[in-house]
Amino acid sequence: MNLSMKWLSDYIQEEIPVKEFCHRMTMSGSKVEGFETEGSSISKVVVGKILSIAPHENADALFVCQVEIGAEAPVQIVTNAKNVKPGDLVPVALDGATLPEGKIKKCKMRGVESFGMFCGLETLGLTAHDFPYADPEGVLVIQEPCQVGEDIHSALGLNDTSVEFEITSNRPDCLSVIGLAREAAATFHVPLHLHTPEYHANTESISEQLTVEVQNAALCPRYCAGMVKNVKIGPSPRWMRERLRASGVRPINNLVDITNYVMLEYGQPMHAFDLRYVKNAKITVRNAAEGETITTLDGTERSLSPEMLVIADAEKPIAVAGIMGGEYSGIMDDTTTVVFESAYFEPTQVRLTAKKLGMRTDASARYEKGLDPSSTITVLSRAFELVEQLGAGEVVGGIIDVNNVGEPKPPVPFDADWINGFLGTNIPERDMLHYLNELQFTVENGMVYAPSFRIDIECKADIAEEIARIDGYNNIPSTELKGLADARLTPSQLFSRQIEQSMVALGCYEVAAFSFVSPKYFDKIALPADSKLRKPLVISNPLGEDTSVMRTTALPSMLEILARNYNNRNESARLFEIGKEYLPTTPDQLPQEPARLTIGMYGGNVDFYDLKGVIEALMTQLKITDCRYERCGEECPFDEKSAFHPGRSAVLYAGDTPLGIFGELHPDVQNNYGIGVKTYAAKLNIPEMLEHAATEISYQPLPKYPATTRDLSLVCDDAIPVAQLEQAIRKAVGNILEKVTLFDVYKGQQIAQGKKSVSYSISLRSHDGTLTDEQADAAMKRVLKALHAMGAELRM
Amino acid sequence: MKQQLENIEAAAKQALADCSSIKGLDDLRVRFLGKKGELTGILKQMGGLSAEERPVIGQLANKVRSDIDAAISEKLTALKAKEQEMKIRSESIDITLPGKPQSVGKLHPLTIVANEVKEIFLGMGFSVADGPEVEYDYYNFEALNLPPNHPARDTQDTFYITDNILLRTQTSSVQVHVMENQKPPIRIISPGRVYRSDAVDATHSPLFHQIEGLVVDKGVTMADLKGTLEQLMKRLYGEDCKIRLRPHHFPFTEPSAEVDVMCFNCHGEGCRICKGEGYIELLGAGMVHPKVLEGCGIDSEIYSGFAFGLGLERIVMRRYNISDMRLMYENDLRFLEQF
Repeated sequence: MNLSMKWLSDYIQEEIPVKEFCHRMTMSGSKVEGFETEGSSISKVVVGKILSIAPHENADALFVCQVEIGAEAPVQIVTNAKNVKPGDLVPVALDGATLPEGKIKKCKMRGVESFGMFCGLETLGLTAHDFPYADPEGVLVIQEPCQVGEDIHSALGLNDTSVEFEITSNRPDCLSVIGLAREAAATFHVPLHLHTPEYHANTESISEQLTVEVQNAALCPRYCAGMVKNVKIGPSPRWMRERLRASGVRPINNLVDITNYVMLEYGQPMHAFDLRYVKNAKITVRNAAEGETITTLDGTERSLSPEMLVIADAEKPIAVAGIMGGEYSGIMDDTTTVVFESAYFEPTQVRLTAKKLGMRTDASARYEKGLDPSSTITVLSRAFELVEQLGAGEVVGGIIDVNNVGEPKPPVPFDADWINGFLGTNIPERDMLHYLNELQFTVENGMVYAPSFRIDIECKADIAEEIARIDGYNNIPSTELKGLADARLTPSQLFSRQIEQSMVALGCYEVAAFSFVSPKYFDKIALPADSKLRKPLVISNPLGEDTSVMRTTALPSMLEILARNYNNRNESARLFEIGKEYLPTTPDQLPQEPARLTIGMYGGNVDFYDLKGVIEALMTQLKITDCRYERCGEECPFDEKSAFHPGRSAVLYAGDTPLGIFGELHPDVQNNYGIGVKTYAAKLNIPEMLEHAATEISYQPLPKYPATTRDLSLVCDDAIPVAQLEQAIRKAVGNILEKVTLFDVYKGQQIAQGKKSVSYSISLRSHDGTLTDEQADAAMKRVLKALHAMGAELRM
Repeated sequence: MKQQLENIEAAAKQALADCSSIKGLDDLRVRFLGKKGELTGILKQMGGLSAEERPVIGQLANKVRSDIDAAISEKLTALKAKEQEMKIRSESIDITLPGKPQSVGKLHPLTIVANEVKEIFLGMGFSVADGPEVEYDYYNFEALNLPPNHPARDTQDTFYITDNILLRTQTSSVQVHVMENQKPPIRIISPGRVYRSDAVDATHSPLFHQIEGLVVDKGVTMADLKGTLEQLMKRLYGEDCKIRLRPHHFPFTEPSAEVDVMCFNCHGEGCRICKGEGYIELLGAGMVHPKVLEGCGIDSEIYSGFAFGLGLERIVMRRYNISDMRLMYENDLRFLEQF
């Protein structure tokens, strides 16, 4: 909503500096987005009178003019304008003038000095709508009453300031000059000068010339119609055009301008029909019939549906109620009799219809928020007053008023103590009553009656807000919350923090990924066609395919981020993400949203064991002890196994619970993401990890007796997993085993093809005494025997 | 004999003065003090002395021995110190060579700031409540006094899964869950992801993070809201941080306020960063609407409460002077390494 400060001064007579006005209005709840003073980019432009025009000696298209500018001597100006003659008044930008396009300096044009230039509409930032008589191409020949030498701002009325408000949806009454004036009066505690419209209608009666029938009173609780005959269509006067312009509305002609002017002033939209095109002079407010169409004022044909409310004549719709009129019945230059509509339409219907038709207008924006049904008559009166004032026609006597408005909303109890208790303030009751009075509320017998335009007032808290904002939110003291609250993070929140900290300590950078992804991701990680992960939650109104489904697996987001880093030429990356997956349940139930940890790495010579090392260290940090690693086989619990190299990936288990999957990307998948180096990724399930994380730690006494260490190098088939060797060693040694550490795996020259050498350091310790060599030797014998049974021999 | 001893001492001192190595010092010790050394040789002749002379010479011999011994020890200490010094000097390295690379990692800026805000609220007695991101219409809108077709729904362009299930547009939905399940006193924050169908640009993202707070108890006032927000802002931005409350409208609070923080750049004077206003809009807040309390089964005649919500991205961007929100979801390492 753009407010003309000149217009406001009709209602608020105190001079308020614009900056202070903006600030205090903002602080009382009418937020100012900014203000603009018209013509602020124009200076040193004055009204000049052309004294003579002579041809230019060197150029056929140029003319040399002597121009009187109020100063002692006339100035010489060279122009190419053809629409001027001696005696014309024109805007002259003098030497050193500023225009929206830049500075003007005296110069020589083809050898003849010019001390400035003439301005056209465009040069001054104006349009033909502002001065309909002006030649839009040529110089503006001024027909306004003004003095030679007068500054152009006052000559053309370029001195209004327009303040832009952002009005919240609960205050449609402030989408008007009067509404904002009312707020200003309460904000600055100054009188509000309201005006009661007056007009002199003729002796005819509208009801003999027009009938109105409202078929759907629920959607149209009130419909008022008035009539003006012998209409003389023409431009509206300059003051009206200026105010419309300052309000951001394009002047059109006097009748249309009056409806717009009244809407801006009162916030109540009006519409004007040409009576010639209201068939049988009968207006019916009804629902649209199936298949009906209307061509609206903007020239677009619209298909209507039965839930939409229309204004119809005897045959067809002539307007979409509260949104836009029909092109056919609109005001034209030869219109003679006009029907003014001022109605109250049910807000939700207007909103839904406007949305469905894809057209939001100034009228619908007001109707859909809810207007004051009691203002319809006043608004018609104001329009009639303006018609008479402008000499635009003859007002026909009487108004048709079909009124089915229900009871007003009940009053709200007034309790000053409750209000102060609720706000934490100490505002005296008489101040409260004063504020309410300034806002045109009435208080009687302990009850507050809100004015009819305040559709937002429903409860005690609403009254408290009115008082708080007029008293000033910044007069509310600051107090500390009383009482103690037991605040702590939940185990899963703490666990998540622990993961964050561990991953950072393990050298990984955290990333943040979108929750919605492209369904193409499923193919990119080669998910099997029948995978349940391919059935995500689908967003019915996505921004684009890239963000159209909720991810069922967190893995592709990580791969996408790795790929982006690779493409951005980051040589290596170690990343992690903690985020959710969204796993559908049944169609009318919410999905599950389990938390996932993903890890991704490439570059810097990383391999499978770097990633596994990170995972092992993480498990140690999180106190998940019973971990084991298995190849991704047929029964792999993770469908994402398709993304991994089958020989270089593993599933991590804690006990029998699968915790996650990790490994080297399948070459095809790596290729799908366009990453040119080996890439490693993991996806781990956080809830399952939390379930297996030890919560209690019990201290083990430090050993009293020394350990004995034996090293062992074995040769065995390459195919035997070392985990099996280790398991055999553990079993063979028994309870004196302290630790088995693998320190070398070797394949190569000294080892036969298909074999590998594996070296262990085995630490033995007893809690009952120092181990003897015999005990240690016996244990190692058992080990060798067990290994021999598996085909592993001591390396010679 | 006395003369001999004095000669030995003089010779030893001279030899010591000439000696420059620890090895040479060992040789001297053998030469003068060893079993076959010069001094021992003299002492062996002691048997031939008279009973009167023996104690005198013996005493002198012992003194010479201990003098030489002390002189050798002293020299040894000096030589060792010198050797150590030489060694240290020779071990000098180029300390400007880079260290051995270690893997380091860092948290995402969104997490860093979210954790900081959570810590502030934990300190003020707020627990952290989580809730679903895919949510029923009821919890996201209706229970928050936004019935179907409410015009304010238009301001939160919503992603829908079905007519009834949507991606939450605000974490206020979590507040409703908490109020349904917990009796007052309630003091929580609900941080998390929210979704609105805004196209991606420098200041908009279809996915962003909110941290909302809720307090419900007997006698909670708007002054408490103001005090709590002031605390938050001071801890977040420093003790001299100033805020102001501006009336606004949210369907779920009444009275409602937008909260501005004094511009960090111009301190209220008005500059380019704050668009001349002196203040920057930071969050929305208000007293919980009685309809919202009642809808959750809380008697609004007995209890009152306040709620507020802030956008995490906005705080992060301001904190680190990030001008483009997209950077946070692009996750380029060169960006992530900076925090």
